[in-house]
Amino acid sequence: MPTIVVDVMPKAELLDPQGKATTGALARLGHGKFENVRIGKRFEFTVEGEVDEAVLAEVRQLAEEILSNSVIEDVVAISVDGEAR
Amino acid sequence: MSTRIGVVTFPGSLDDRDAQRAIRLVGAEPVELWHADHDLQGVDAIVLPGGFSYGDYLRPGAIAAVSPIMTEVVEAAGKGMPVLGICNGFQVLVESHLLPGGLIRNAHQQFIRRDQRLVVENADTAWTNSFEQGEEIVIPLKNGDGGFIADDETLKRLEGEGLIAFRYAGVNPNGSLDDIAGLTNERGNVVGLMPHPEHAVEPGFGPDMPDAMRSGIDGLRFFESAVAALAARV
Repeated sequence: MPTIVVDVMPKAELLDPQGKATTGALARLGHGKFENVRIGKRFEFTVEGEVDEAVLAEVRQLAEEILSNSVIEDVVAISVDGEAR
Repeated sequence: MSTRIGVVTFPGSLDDRDAQRAIRLVGAEPVELWHADHDLQGVDAIVLPGGFSYGDYLRPGAIAAVSPIMTEVVEAAGKGMPVLGICNGFQVLVESHLLPGGLIRNAHQQFIRRDQRLVVENADTAWTNSFEQGEEIVIPLKNGDGGFIADDETLKRLEGEGLIAFRYAGVNPNGSLDDIAGLTNERGNVVGLMPHPEHAVEPGFGPDMPDAMRSGIDGLRFFESAVAALAARV
């Protein structure tokens, strides 16, 4: 069964408090060379049958309208079984 | 007939009963509305209460924003019905695109609860007409995701068109841009804010004030404003 993956990240120009806190924790553990950690979300959809253009269009729309909020986040990648689409 | 103000209960709403009580205290009739219905039961105004609808899953307010009753809430708001979103209700309003911008995790990552001073920046809305422009009030604030953000263009528009309803006074408690605590739409019928007016409605149970502990009742005037706005319309 094909898996469609949607990756959503907080907008680059906005503060990512989770990422900032994690960056600080890594620095305290001696991993200060990682200057910036940012945390996003990964959504996995499994679908029956073939992933055609209609299914992809539906996923793209869901990604923009429901899975992400365009004010604070960007949809950065959509892939099907590991292949970028 | 008294004014009927609906309060929508979503799975995870916490302050729906407090909002109903506030409505009762200003002489209006609270009406319980259910997220899964497509029925506003003929109410005159709507409150979207605080809490953690759907456990803040996906984004705070995001799943509630696509719940059945929101179709009717958005439609009614478009026709001018007064709608107040408190805390999680404010998050639902921005996720429903009834108000612009977004709300993210507090900049300091902590949940915060404090008696919060606010400046009334727009006293010409359905929910703020009982205040004076520039008046300072105190109501409780309690949230984890209260950081208001928007792009520069939106911020300029909010400022230029007087759509900032409330600003934090004193300390900015959550990193909100331009100290924004609450917004109104252009028409003034939809207002959303992070702090909680419904927790400042009864002496003895409100925020601490300079003259006496727990005596703050500035929240009552939000609900009095709605009753006045609806009375003026008839």
